[in-house]
Formats: sequence, structure tokens, C-alpha cells
Amino acid sequence: MESWSRFLDTFFNWEVIERYFPAIMKGVVVTIEIAAAVVVTGTLLGLALAIMRTFRLLAVNALIVVFVDIFRALPPLVLVLLVYFGLPNIGINLPSFAVLWLVLALVLAAFAEEIFWAGILSIPKGQWEAARCTGLGFLGTLTYVVLPQAIRLTVPPLTNRTIAITKNTALGTVIGVGEILNQATTAQSFSGNATPLMMGAIAYVILFIPVVVLGRFLETRFTWRRV
Amino acid sequence: MTTGALPILEIRGLRKRFHDVEVLRGIDLVVLPQQLVFVIGPSGSGKSTLLRCCNRLEEPSAGSIRVAGVDVMARSTDINAMRRQIGMVFQSFNLYPHMTALRNVTLALAKVLGKPRAEAERIGMAALDRVGLADKARSYPGELSGGQQQRVAIARALALEPKVMLFDEPTSALDPELVGSVLNVMRELKRGGMTMLVVSHEMRFARDAADRVIFMDHGVIVEEGPPQQMFSAPSEARTRAFIAELAR
Amino acid sequence: MEAIVQQFFNLAIMERALPLILSGLEQTIVICLLVIPLGLIGGLAFAIISLSRLRTVRWAAIAGIDFFRAIPPLVLLIFIYAGLPFAGLRPSPMLAVAIAFFLNTSSYYGEIYRAGIESVGQGQWDAARSTGLYGYQTLAYVVLPQAVRNVLPDLVSNTVEVVKLTSIASVVALPELLYSADMARSVTFNSSPIVLAAAIYLVMLWPIVRLISRLERRVAA
Ligand SMILES: Nc1ncnc2c1ncn2[C@@H]1O[C@H](COP(=O)(O)OP(=O)(O)O)[C@@H](O)[C@H]1O
Ligand SMILES: [Mg+2]
Repeated sequence: MESWSRFLDTFFNWEVIERYFPAIMKGVVVTIEIAAAVVVTGTLLGLALAIMRTFRLLAVNALIVVFVDIFRALPPLVLVLLVYFGLPNIGINLPSFAVLWLVLALVLAAFAEEIFWAGILSIPKGQWEAARCTGLGFLGTLTYVVLPQAIRLTVPPLTNRTIAITKNTALGTVIGVGEILNQATTAQSFSGNATPLMMGAIAYVILFIPVVVLGRFLETRFTWRRV
Repeated sequence: MTTGALPILEIRGLRKRFHDVEVLRGIDLVVLPQQLVFVIGPSGSGKSTLLRCCNRLEEPSAGSIRVAGVDVMARSTDINAMRRQIGMVFQSFNLYPHMTALRNVTLALAKVLGKPRAEAERIGMAALDRVGLADKARSYPGELSGGQQQRVAIARALALEPKVMLFDEPTSALDPELVGSVLNVMRELKRGGMTMLVVSHEMRFARDAADRVIFMDHGVIVEEGPPQQMFSAPSEARTRAFIAELAR
Repeated sequence: MEAIVQQFFNLAIMERALPLILSGLEQTIVICLLVIPLGLIGGLAFAIISLSRLRTVRWAAIAGIDFFRAIPPLVLLIFIYAGLPFAGLRPSPMLAVAIAFFLNTSSYYGEIYRAGIESVGQGQWDAARSTGLYGYQTLAYVVLPQAVRNVLPDLVSNTVEVVKLTSIASVVALPELLYSADMARSVTFNSSPIVLAAAIYLVMLWPIVRLISRLERRVAA
């Protein structure tokens, strides 16, 4: 029984919880802000790149593919360190949250581009032809006929990928972005107690479980993607 | 039949090659207003390619195509405006699965012709009514039978008031019991004076609706004539063999 | 331009950092060889448990999968590395990494196997069972081979993610590729070592990323 109370004291210490709750909440807000910024900018940039790719300009497409491949192959933390420590030395100073935002948005854009592009390619040629036959131009066909169908197909894989990438906001702790994990480790070292780590972990679970479950729901609802 | 009327569709010396295979080898074909011209021929003879060249879904390699006197190939011709006047109906319907039947029909009315929504819907409903599907306006393609989907596809082309309609095997993806409904719509169109170029193997339909039947093989027109003659007394051996095969 | 080359592509510095970085690469490979097989096996276990006929067992497996998919792996790693000592357990960086990555990775692999198994129709189960195969035999000989083939792009793609994931082991001072490169950076005040590390990641992963693109397109078509 004594070890049980010691366990509670170490990981669920009420005093520590009370003291550091505001800090963790501040971290939650920062995490949500960065995640939202990353999701919006990354997805839109990915969509824009995929649309650009449909014009099939050789040089442009080659550049897009190189960008996408590099940002899919490199670990985000490598990119974070590269940008955070590298840019100041060539005279560009970005605040650490901007570095995190920039890197994660580019990573998401790369994955999103690939997913949107696969979606666009999977729309049968007949859809393009039918629309062109009614006099719709290339852009009209893309906007009203192809993209709405393609985007539907991309919802489940894009949701899951987006969740995985927004979880990388935790990497911000390495460069001092005051997100949840950063607040938790700081509090842990000040309090000499593991409770803040537990609080941080719980905060993440509360934040991300709903989206993970949503992702699972979307997968089953949009099953026709695997036909 | 109005002889001497300006042709709606006029194809001269049309050639099309894919890489090093010549699929169309000099096609000459004239379709007069209100005519229904029927095209038959073995698979791979170039029937689809012929239709697809008419609205430049395929780029012809040589020859000329005029629709209502306008050169489809000319650089000055707005191909999107041209395509609107050439209705096309596909074997596989190609309805937009994410839109209701009505929206399938009104999309081009709204986005190409810029019609206000109410007017587009009025025209769209009229077109759906002509194919007997006014009551399915709010259904999605996935909720319709193949025959109904194909009729919606016809309405989609019809709503733009095309000068000529091209049908590429419109009934061959359908279950036999659904073929009749689509052919009836096409008969109605013919009666209403629509000019049509139809690739199909529905011989009975050709007999009572076609003005002329064209037999294609290996990228050329082998023989043409009125349906009675083509089906009962073709002059070419190849035609005879093909028709015997069809009639089996 | 000159400054960019100096700061990011300084060959002299790269050359000096190379031995350190190569030893880091070795550690990265060790982690991969440890974590990928563990994850593949753990994921299979998750997936099989989630097929259980008992609803509570099934739900527990899915809850476990979702739980570890919701926690960022870095949070898990730090929790294990910095939190467990408070409970009197002192895992080495390698052990902490192995535990954290095992939990994270097997939940992802588990979800992929699950989707694969679900993609194999009930008819396959019925057919195999009607020939007298036991449930586990049906799974092993009939269902799993098809399931794995159906989700092969996802399995490969997740494996790339695992390799990329190993970079966060640097945060707990495990001297893998990124850690070594970052050490060289902090000594030289120059980012070229990290660029070199990035180049190594690219050489390892770019071919696989290309392959995935093609596999995915084939499935989509
Ligand atoms: N896009 C294409 N690329 C290469 N060959 C094609 C293409 N489209 C059609 N063909 C070839 O052209 C020939 C005629 O095809 P098609 O016009 O579809 O014939 P039909 O409709 O009479 O069956 C066939 O041999 C076909 O393989
Ligand atoms: Mg054809």
C-alpha cells in the first residue's frame, strides 16, 4: 500500500498538478495554435501544388516531385534543427514557433500534394471527357468535376497523415517552443516530480484521441476508396 | 428529307494515327440536318475514334471536320464553344457521381453558359422530362439503374441544345431489359428533329430509325446505304459476313 | 550565396565530421534493426487480438492502438526516459527508445494489418474453414498473405516513418545519426554536418519513397 501511495505521489501529485496546471494549459493553447496553422497552410499548399501539377509543365512538375520526395524522406527533426540553427547564420532570424510552423507545414504540404495528386489521377478519364464535351474548360472541369471527387477520396488518408504530422508539434520542445511537452519537461525539472510529464501525456491524449477516432470513422465511412 | 440543305456534320479525308498505327484512313462522311446516321463495324475498326475526332477528344492527324459550316480544326475556333454544340453520349455514361441527376445536367448551363440557377434548373428539368426522368432529378447516379443513368447522360447533352449528337455504343453497357428505354428516348429525339451519329449494334433500332447505315472496317468506310439494303442485301462480302455475325 | 555554401555545404567541416556521423549512422541502423522487427511482430499481435470474438478484448486492442497513436512518440519517449526514474527504474537511452518505439510503432503497424485483414472478404474465411482448416490456419495461410499484399504500400510507408522516427532518439542523448550531426554542429557552429546527415537520410529513404509513390498509384488505379 505504501508503494501505491508513493506512486501516486510521484505521478499524480495533487499539489504539483495545481501548481503547473496553468503552464500545461498554456502549452495546450500553443500546441493547438501551431497545429491549426500547420494544418491550414500545409493542406492548402499541398492542394495548390497538386493543382499546379495537373498542368503538366515538365520543369515545374520535376521541381514539385523533388520537393515532395525530399520532405517525405527527411525526418522532421532534422529539418527543424537545420532551419533553426542554420538560418540565423545566413542572416535570417525566425522565432522558434515560426520555424516549427514552417517545417511542419512544408512536410504536410509534401504529403498532402502526393495524396491529392493520387486522388486526381484516380478519377477516370471519362469524367474529364464528359465534362469537356459539355464545353467546360480545363479549369472548370478540374474545379467542378474532378477535384470534388478527388478530395473525397483523399479525406481518410489525409486525415491520418495530418494527425501524424501535427503530433510532431512536440518536436518544438527541442528548440524551445512553449508547447505542451516543453511546459511539461520544464515543470518536471522545477518540481523534481514526474507528475507534469503525466499531465503532458494526458493532455496529448485528450487532444488527439478525438481526431484519431475521427480518422478511424472516416476510414470506414469512405470505404469506397479501396475499390 | 431535305436535300440540298447545309450539312450539319461534314468530314473530309479524316485520318488518325496512334504512334505508328493508322486507325482512321481517310473517312468522308456527311450528315444532313435531322438525319440519323448509324455506324456499325467490328471492334477496333475505328468507330469510337471517328466520333471522338468530331469534337477533338482525339486530335485528327489529317483531314477536315466542319460542324454547321464551322471548321472544328481551325485555330480561330473556340473548341469549348464548339463542343457545347456537339452532344456526346458515352458507353459508360460518365455521369458525375458526386452530383444529383439535375446538377449533372445543369453544371454546364451554369458554368459555361452562365445561366442563373433558376433558369438552369428549369432547362435541366425540361431535359430530364424529355428523357422521362423528371422524378429522379434529386437522385445521385449511384441510385439509378444503368438505363436511367444513360438517359440522364443524354439529358445532360440535350440541355445544351446541341446541333448534333454523337452516341458511342450507348446501350452496350446495359442489361438487356434496360436497352429499350434508352432506344425509345433516342427515337423521340429523332422524331423531334435531332441530328445524330450513332455507333451501335442494335439492328432493329437501325432498321426503323436510321436514315443511313455505314459499315466501317480497318479505318475506312467499306459501304453505306439505307438500312433495308445494308441489312438484307449488302454488296460487299465483308459487310455480309459482319451482318451475318450480328444477326446470329 | 557564399554564406549559404559556407554555412550549409562546407566540405572541409563535413569531412571532419564524417567519422562521428558514420558512427551515428551505425547506431541508427542498430535501432532500426531492433525496432522494425519488434514493431512488425507487435503490430501483428495487436491486429490478431483485435479480431477476437470477445467484444471487450477487441475493444481493448483498438483502444490500445488508438491510445498510442494519439501520443506523440517524443512524449512517450521522454515519459519513459525521464519519468520512469522517479519510479526507481532507470532505463538506458537504448532501452527507453526500444520501449517507446515498440509501443508507437506496433500500434501503427497494427492498424495497417487490421485494415488489411478487413480488406479480405468473409468468403475467404468461409471457404478455408469449410475445407477443415482451423481459424489460426486460415489466418496464417489464407487471410494474412492476401492482407499483407493488399496493404504492402502502407507497410513500406510506415517503415520509412519508423526510420525517420529514430532521429528523435537524439533527444535522450542516444548517439544516433542526428545526435552525432548535431554534436558536430554545436562544436563547429556550422550546419554542414546536419546537411550531411540529411543527405544520408535521403540516400537511405529516397528510393523507398519513390517506390511507395509507384506502389500507391498502382493500388489507386
Ligand atoms: N488512345 C489510343 N492509343 C493507341 N491506340 C488506340 C487509342 N485509342 C484507340 N486505339 C486503337 O485504335 C483502334 C480503333 O479503336 P476504336 O476507335 O476504339 O475502335 P472501335 O470503337 O471501332 O472498337 C484500336 O485498334 C485501338 O486499339
Ligand atoms: Mg468503340
